[in-house]
Amino acid sequence: MTVEAKLGQVANYVDERTGAAAFLKKSLRKVFPDHWSFLLGEVALYSFVILLLSGTFLTFWFDPSMREVVYEGAYQPLEGVKMSAAYASALDISFEVRGGLLMRQIHHWAALIFMAAIVAHLLRVFFTGAFRKPREGNWIIGVGLLTLGIVEGFLGYSLPDDLLSGTGIRIAEAIIQAIPVVGSYLSYFAFGGVFPGELFIPRIYIVHVLLLPGAFLALITVHLMLVWYQKHTQYPGPGRTEKNVVGYPLMPMYMAKAGGFFFIVFGVTAFLAAVASINPIWLYGPYTPAQISAGSQPDWYMGWLDGLVRMAPPIETYFFGYTVSWNILIPGLIIPGILFTGMALYPFIESWITGDKREHHLLDRPRNAPNRTALGAMSLTFMMVTLINGGNDLIATHFDLSINQIMWGTRFGVFILPPLAFIITKRLCLSLQRADRELVLHGRETGRLLRMPSGEFVEVHEPISPEKAFILTSHEQLPALELPAVDARGVKRAGALKNKLRARLSNANAVAIPKVSTEDLKEIESH
Amino acid sequence: MKRLSRFRRHKAAAPLLLIFALLGIGGTFSVASATTASETSAVERSTLIEEGRQIFLKGCSSCHGLNAEGVSVAPSLIGVGAASVDFQVGTGRMPMADMSTQAMRKAPVYNDEEVAALAAYVASLAPGPEIPGMELLNFERDGSTAEGGELFRNNCAMCHNFAGQGGALTQGKYAPTVMGVLPKHIYEAMVTGPQAMPVFNDKTITPEEKLSIIKWIKSAEAEPNLGGASLGRVGPVTEGLLAWTLGLGLLIGVAVWLATKAK
Amino acid sequence: MSSQLEPIKDPGLPAHVHRKTDTDPKAADRAERQVAAMFGISALGTVLLIISYIFVPDDLFIFIPIMGNQNAHQLGLGLGMAIALFFIGLGAIHWAKTLMPDQEVVMQRHEFRSPEEDRKAFVDTVKEGVSSSGLGRRSLIKRSLGAALGLSALSPILLLRDLGPLPGPEQKMTNWKSGTYLVTDPGDRRIKASDLEVGSVAQVMPEFADPKDRHLDDIAKDALLLIRLRPAEFNLEPDRLAMTHEGIIAFSKICSHMGCAVALYEQTTKHLLCPCHQSTFDVTRAAKVIFGPAARPLPQLDITVDDEGYLIARKPFSEPVGPSFWGREK
Repeated sequence: MTVEAKLGQVANYVDERTGAAAFLKKSLRKVFPDHWSFLLGEVALYSFVILLLSGTFLTFWFDPSMREVVYEGAYQPLEGVKMSAAYASALDISFEVRGGLLMRQIHHWAALIFMAAIVAHLLRVFFTGAFRKPREGNWIIGVGLLTLGIVEGFLGYSLPDDLLSGTGIRIAEAIIQAIPVVGSYLSYFAFGGVFPGELFIPRIYIVHVLLLPGAFLALITVHLMLVWYQKHTQYPGPGRTEKNVVGYPLMPMYMAKAGGFFFIVFGVTAFLAAVASINPIWLYGPYTPAQISAGSQPDWYMGWLDGLVRMAPPIETYFFGYTVSWNILIPGLIIPGILFTGMALYPFIESWITGDKREHHLLDRPRNAPNRTALGAMSLTFMMVTLINGGNDLIATHFDLSINQIMWGTRFGVFILPPLAFIITKRLCLSLQRADRELVLHGRETGRLLRMPSGEFVEVHEPISPEKAFILTSHEQLPALELPAVDARGVKRAGALKNKLRARLSNANAVAIPKVSTEDLKEIESH
Repeated sequence: MKRLSRFRRHKAAAPLLLIFALLGIGGTFSVASATTASETSAVERSTLIEEGRQIFLKGCSSCHGLNAEGVSVAPSLIGVGAASVDFQVGTGRMPMADMSTQAMRKAPVYNDEEVAALAAYVASLAPGPEIPGMELLNFERDGSTAEGGELFRNNCAMCHNFAGQGGALTQGKYAPTVMGVLPKHIYEAMVTGPQAMPVFNDKTITPEEKLSIIKWIKSAEAEPNLGGASLGRVGPVTEGLLAWTLGLGLLIGVAVWLATKAK
Repeated sequence: MSSQLEPIKDPGLPAHVHRKTDTDPKAADRAERQVAAMFGISALGTVLLIISYIFVPDDLFIFIPIMGNQNAHQLGLGLGMAIALFFIGLGAIHWAKTLMPDQEVVMQRHEFRSPEEDRKAFVDTVKEGVSSSGLGRRSLIKRSLGAALGLSALSPILLLRDLGPLPGPEQKMTNWKSGTYLVTDPGDRRIKASDLEVGSVAQVMPEFADPKDRHLDDIAKDALLLIRLRPAEFNLEPDRLAMTHEGIIAFSKICSHMGCAVALYEQTTKHLLCPCHQSTFDVTRAAKVIFGPAARPLPQLDITVDDEGYLIARKPFSEPVGPSFWGREK
């Protein structure tokens, strides 16, 4: 029997039991737009799969127990040292299991790339406005995935119970117990008593391998189903409208490209794991609360939190026998809470400012949304400044600076630099809009000079293609909202203060260089 | 000679002559003044001390005072012992190149005999920690790597980092890397507590424990990077940097290639 | 929409440009061979992995430029896996780019909003369902259901009660009692005041009858740092000065900020630095915080010596050690 006939038999078998043919006939021809920036989410997705696979491998040997053992394994410098069974089993994976160290490294590198891809993907979605209706829900799921990713990564690298990650747990415990009223109770419940206890590692193990992966699977499934059902957004261009999707069909093009990209991501991760050492726990030593290493940092995606905690002013308040540690609560819980809540609610904030309640499937070029782009640049700057402070001791030793200088620099920088970044980015966007307008009106400068019969020198401009002119002018430029303080009869409107704020924000948001219209072009042609 | 004199009016003649003259004078001077280089172990102790004093007066007294009593810019050396001198001068920290936050390890200015002379001189001023002899430094035999690791993490890692790569202190000071340091210098540093480093005398960390620490340091130094290139052995900062640059960078590169149309 | 001004027209999808592999069969064959070659390299990668796994001993080290001495077994496994995976991907993508049809396809989006009849039918169905369930009318059912569900939610919370004991007095106490001997860590040797020199620092623990009984829970609050200065260098209130002994001062090694081990002692400045968040404590002023986010100085232990000169604690800490918590009195 030929291959086609065999496949036909299988298809028939499945269809008679599920009626899948109808669904599949449409799905296999589903169109996806093609742009490299749409692959960032895929990097995150594939990294997640790699984490599942490599993580499962590790669970076959890892012992999540804090029971004290004496090491008798292959790594000589730790011979006879007392440590937890978790740490000892992680050492065994590294040194006794063939491929164990490789798998540990694949798992950790995949985690770092997972988080990096999520952040890069988030930035792409933000700067292109892909979170607007109907995709607000997906944005919130994405912010949720980011948050869970940070927690999952922290728990994951804490499992081997080494000196560096154990210090991280100590710090996490201090944050928990600093919570007013219930802090000590929460800490005792989490750790089963005083720190470090014997229950924390086994508990976070279950969170790390069962509860959070389950949550990820559920959220990622909904996230992808929404993308599938709502169809992917696309960049503006000739032939692309709000009502269509232009691209290539799933079968065969995307199956091959996306499937192939999975192997690429896995291959690059494995390559990193082969040539770059990560988390050498045997050098850190087992965790004990009386030891610490210089240059102790969390993984990069928590570096900004560490930087915030380092730069916090030393404020605690005491009253009636109670202590409130603002120096821990503000950088550790309050600021991250505000930031992530603001991030999750951003689609609604933006639609409140613009008053735009329509569906959007065409992406914005970042320069055409100067306020949003500037806001994004501001947030990025904030993250970079705090991240730098998180590594201030390493930066000090490598660049001959002092940690005190860097700390003070970032303490001020975190207030001064983000607004500066906002202003500069907004100006940059408007300049780019101006440049676009020039390009459409006058064409591309060719660098060739022409001498006119009158003696004047002019530079020859080449008109741009209609496709390019369309891309540069197809964006929307919404006017600011009209929110008069009084209505037609002179009666003051309700919610006047909120409306004033909204009007101001809306006005600021609407600042733009007017795009070129056909009238403008006709005017140009006439002279 | 006649051959040479043909070139007497050559435009390179004057500069070349100048160079020869300078080299000649300098060379003659250094040969003539290098009295200590030729003297070896046959020298008596008192002559060694006297030599040391001469070197001290020439190279150290301008900061440490004519009698090593200390001035505002430099501490007194009375009582610091031969071990301090052997460490500071032997690792090139002293003489200090510039009066910055701390003296850094660099190529030693004085050779071994000069260092020995200086050490003898300073030791003669008042009793202090002695240079550990070779018998005392047999860490291979007398030390335990695993115990050394525990001691290192308890007492040293908080400044020098878990792998001895060094770390930041306040106001621009730093704990240097302990990699590539002679065992005797490690021992002397522990005993004398140079600059910001505290003193770890033999009562708080016994000589055997010190040898264990040295043995562990040497083991860490010799240990190849077991999972790949080391990224500096400084922890998650360099790992995160590589994940973004090489990891995501490579992947974005492939993504751009993936999404461009084939010709 | 910019009101009256007319935007530039959409020129429509650009004309399809054929690839070399579409028009030239030789180019297509070449692309096919390239794809096959990539898959072939992948196979070689797998072979490398298998050979490394089975035949390369795991204690063999080879020198690689830039990277230094590398474990050959590790490197073989990792590079083998990387090559095996990467080239499958490369081949698949190259195949898609060069040989699979690349005509751009246009698919229409459908409006999400359901047609009015469907929306009305949905609302009607829900309304009918709710009313036929009787929930709206029968308020007794509604209220009792609410009560039952709400109450049942309490059970899981209650069942988690034994996650841990409630915080007790041990939260504010350490094993340092009146007369406890200070012992070195590691080593468990009693330490004499004369064992410390000016400028020296030592980590000590309270003596346990059986050192094996000391666990991490104890270390997490007992860790103590001994520092010796010249008595004249202290700048202390008389009551704090009385807690020192001949220039030896004892502080809890557990940072008052977030609990890391504070042990970077700078002999020249007499400052203690915590490497986690760079809180800096001035030893001469009873570990007063002079930089960084810590809000409280390190607790100081009252020490003295016994008849033979061994260091002992005179009394327990007068405040809880470690990070702050709600019930911590100043």
